[in-house]
Amino acid sequence: MEELDGEPTVTWIPGVNSKKKQMCFDWGPGEMLVCETSFNKKEKSEADPSCPFIYILRKDVDVYSQILRKLFNESHGIFVGLQRIEEELTSKSRKAQLVRVSKNYRSVIRACMEEMHQAAIAAKEPASGHQFSSQVSILSAMELIWNLCEILFIEVAPAGPLLLHLLDWVRLHVCEVDSLSADVLGSENPSKHKSFWNLVTILVLQGRLDEARQMLSKEADANPASAGMCRVLGDLMRTMPILSPGNTQTRTELELKWQHWHEECGRHLQEGTFASSPRLDTLCKILLGDEEVLLEQKELLSNWYHFLVTRLLYSHPTVKPTELHFYAQSSLDLFLGGESSPEPLDNILMAAFEFDIHQVIKECSIALSNWWFVAHLTDLLDHCQLLQSHSLYFGSNMREFLLLEYASGLFAHHSLWQLGVDYFDHCPELGRVSLELHIERIPLHTEQKALKVLRICEQRQMTEQVRGICKILAMKAVRNNRLGSALSWSIRAKDAAFATLVSDRFLMDYCERGCFSDLDLIDNLGPAMMLSDRLTFLGKYREFHRLYGEQRFVAGASLLLSLMTSQIAPRSFWMILLTDALPLLEQKQVIFSAEQTYALMRCLEDLTAGRPACGEPNGQEPQDDDIEATKVEMLRLALARNLARAIIKEGSLEGS
Amino acid sequence: MKEIFAKFVSQKISKTRWRPVPSGSLQTAEIFATGSWDNEENYVSLWSIGEFGNVDSDEGFEGDHQLLCDFRHPGDVMDLQFLDQERIVAASSTGCVTIFLHHQNNQTLSLSHQWKTAHYHTGPSSASYSSAPCTGVVCNNPEIVTVGEDGRINLFRADHKEAVRTIDNADSSTLHAVTFLRTPEILTVNSIGQLKIWDFRQPGNEPSQILSLTGDRVPLHCVDRHPNQQHVVATGGQDGMLSIWDVRLGTMPVSLLKAHEAEMWEAHFHPSNPDHLFTCSEDGSLWHWDSSTDVPEKSSLFHQGGRNSTFLSHSINNQAAAQQPLLSSWLSTDPAKDRIEITSLLPNRTLSVNSLDVSGSCLVCGTDAEAIYVTRQLFS
Repeated sequence: MEELDGEPTVTWIPGVNSKKKQMCFDWGPGEMLVCETSFNKKEKSEADPSCPFIYILRKDVDVYSQILRKLFNESHGIFVGLQRIEEELTSKSRKAQLVRVSKNYRSVIRACMEEMHQAAIAAKEPASGHQFSSQVSILSAMELIWNLCEILFIEVAPAGPLLLHLLDWVRLHVCEVDSLSADVLGSENPSKHKSFWNLVTILVLQGRLDEARQMLSKEADANPASAGMCRVLGDLMRTMPILSPGNTQTRTELELKWQHWHEECGRHLQEGTFASSPRLDTLCKILLGDEEVLLEQKELLSNWYHFLVTRLLYSHPTVKPTELHFYAQSSLDLFLGGESSPEPLDNILMAAFEFDIHQVIKECSIALSNWWFVAHLTDLLDHCQLLQSHSLYFGSNMREFLLLEYASGLFAHHSLWQLGVDYFDHCPELGRVSLELHIERIPLHTEQKALKVLRICEQRQMTEQVRGICKILAMKAVRNNRLGSALSWSIRAKDAAFATLVSDRFLMDYCERGCFSDLDLIDNLGPAMMLSDRLTFLGKYREFHRLYGEQRFVAGASLLLSLMTSQIAPRSFWMILLTDALPLLEQKQVIFSAEQTYALMRCLEDLTAGRPACGEPNGQEPQDDDIEATKVEMLRLALARNLARAIIKEGSLEGS
Repeated sequence: MKEIFAKFVSQKISKTRWRPVPSGSLQTAEIFATGSWDNEENYVSLWSIGEFGNVDSDEGFEGDHQLLCDFRHPGDVMDLQFLDQERIVAASSTGCVTIFLHHQNNQTLSLSHQWKTAHYHTGPSSASYSSAPCTGVVCNNPEIVTVGEDGRINLFRADHKEAVRTIDNADSSTLHAVTFLRTPEILTVNSIGQLKIWDFRQPGNEPSQILSLTGDRVPLHCVDRHPNQQHVVATGGQDGMLSIWDVRLGTMPVSLLKAHEAEMWEAHFHPSNPDHLFTCSEDGSLWHWDSSTDVPEKSSLFHQGGRNSTFLSHSINNQAAAQQPLLSSWLSTDPAKDRIEITSLLPNRTLSVNSLDVSGSCLVCGTDAEAIYVTRQLFS
């Protein structure tokens, strides 16, 4: 047993005092049943339980969120598409494709976040509004982590472009600045707005220097005294060397230019160019990457990773991926300053900066309330071939383990189970058995749903499950007195035993009512008739009736006889068949040949010879016996007469 | 086809239907109804695609369909049909048939009438009743015909409390769909591959005609009648095959076309342009079948004439003018199959496409991936 990574959460069952009462539970696939019990209690006096309910505990509550359902459904499509990306692609286009997939996942998260945000605003009760807002912050954290993982693990940006990606990352997630900017620019006199300098500072902190310069020019217009200083600072901002995507300069060139620019900023500061304006002075210090001044802007930076990226931008613009964790750790320490301890999100981001993928996934699994995030992220990283060596001491590898967990959660849901199927499909080791176990437990209310489940099983050659489902449906149909339906289902399942059972029911009905029901099915059995002997008999016997109805007596007679001689007809039915032969024997023309008549006689004798032995113990009523005896007598008479006629006819035919 | 809008709606969609456009008006379809299935709570919902106005192709947001109203439905919505402009008939897995009323002034739905036990199993003993899913419904105001897993056919009238006519044990297997052939005749398809024609004028519970696929008894899931030629019928089966039937001739399909890889859930002739047919399937695909002849100008000219001109030419020159071009491409048995052009309408394959409907140049479909797709430019 490994050490626990955190204290398990405690769920209180309402109405049960666990100190005084006992609880019992039972596991389900995704749920647990919990109720109060008095098992093994010494004193039986307090028989009445204080909590009369059985509770269903669901471990994956997020599955039941209406809005998150969209996330699950939309990402399912992306997931399936990702599994189809072929290995044969060259590494470059493959990488581009994986980045695109990652962006698709993120845009789904963002769409969901947006909708959740709207729901939080529209919520009437504060409780549900609060719930929505907390979901928004969880989704936003998920997107933040995913985006960082995308930059570090999938994009694998080298020194230089790496910082550009990180800047975009910070700009995307610290986005209050856009509304602030609109607010300030929308006012009558922007430079007099109370947040004007905050805005300029944030723009500089985020490296949005063009926008910062525009703001400075507004200040210069409004305040001619500081116009000169603003121009100088603006020039510094303009000349800051940055790597642009289309630029061909090498890293050393850039570093050289940057060093030069950095020195110039320092010179201005030393010469006291901005001495008369503390605000511009601060901005210049930020450009120089002065850590103390940066830390003074804590409020505006709002979190340590923003601080990290700003610090890198103005002091180590060509930071290498391998150096990141060092700066990240020190930024975190500096930013928190020993006042507070890092939160789960901080730990996750730190693990990412350390390139410890497994730690990222582990921390996320603990911190997040659903499996969606870790399952999809792990799968994507696995497609980047980043997780090969890691196998768990239980089950399969980590990717598969997480996908199985997620898919099992979906299967526990009354409606999302269909999504789970594709996830199981892409778990090579345990996916199939999991699917087999889950699919059998889907409740089937309608045939349409059953057909969908059957299709899933048939596509995967899960014959056992197909048989099981068809049998359930056939059984249901029998209970509802829908014999035709029952027979169709057992034919589909190729279930001979059940087909025999249903055929017997049909024959029983026939004996009772003297006519067949469900002729539209029985007349069209075709080759399916061969499924079981009894079904063949049913079909053939019906065929005899049809031939008889069409007055095709000769064909009918030989069919009737063959049913007995080939032993297809059950013994118990022979008497009925022989009785059916009676009218044929009495026809004007001779239908049964002499040979056939002998065969019929043999059948009758076989039947009557066996009778007394088994007839008496059954305790049949004497009346029945009488009728039976008369029947046999009549048959014997008819057979004898027919034999006589047949011999004469055959003899005379041969003679002529 | 250029744009197709998808919207995820947090419920699996079993049926989608356009509200009929008032006859003679030039309006295009704007409102459609959907039904959900397999949820703990299922709904009949109305959606609007109106207010397109400005064509701003950069953002797909304008194309979104918006929810107008919804109403709780007992059980899965198995089928859905508009009775008229404001009434919708829904078939339920609990065997009940419900008429919903859409109040257009305040955009609400209300329950107008309900037949609670339209479909039921009698069970082995006469006392044991249990509900049976109602699988299909077809309307021809004021008549409503429903079929179910109990093999029963009900004929209701919107203003009658009791069924006008019930055919018990009409089928030994499950009836999957129903359509009107020529009043008062209906056509049903069942789970053993048979089409049955029923005439309500005849007493008893025997169909007036049975047509069937040979041998394999492949279940048929959907049926649609050609809008102009009442004897031409299309059905879709469990194996994804599309069959075209001429109910006047023989008992076998005129042509069998290999189509989807799994159950074909719905097939619809385009109501005003019947050379076009649309099918959707469990395999997650939605197809557009175009059987119009090689000269597209000619056929489109003909159709632009609309119903009136067809009617006129019909009365003037009964045989030649009207019938010839109409002797539709669907029935020609020569190697005409190459002439049918098939396009797949959904960008990437998803879970089952359960339902579709076409009206004018608009198409709507709903899937098990909880998305509704709408396009307004079918023929562009």
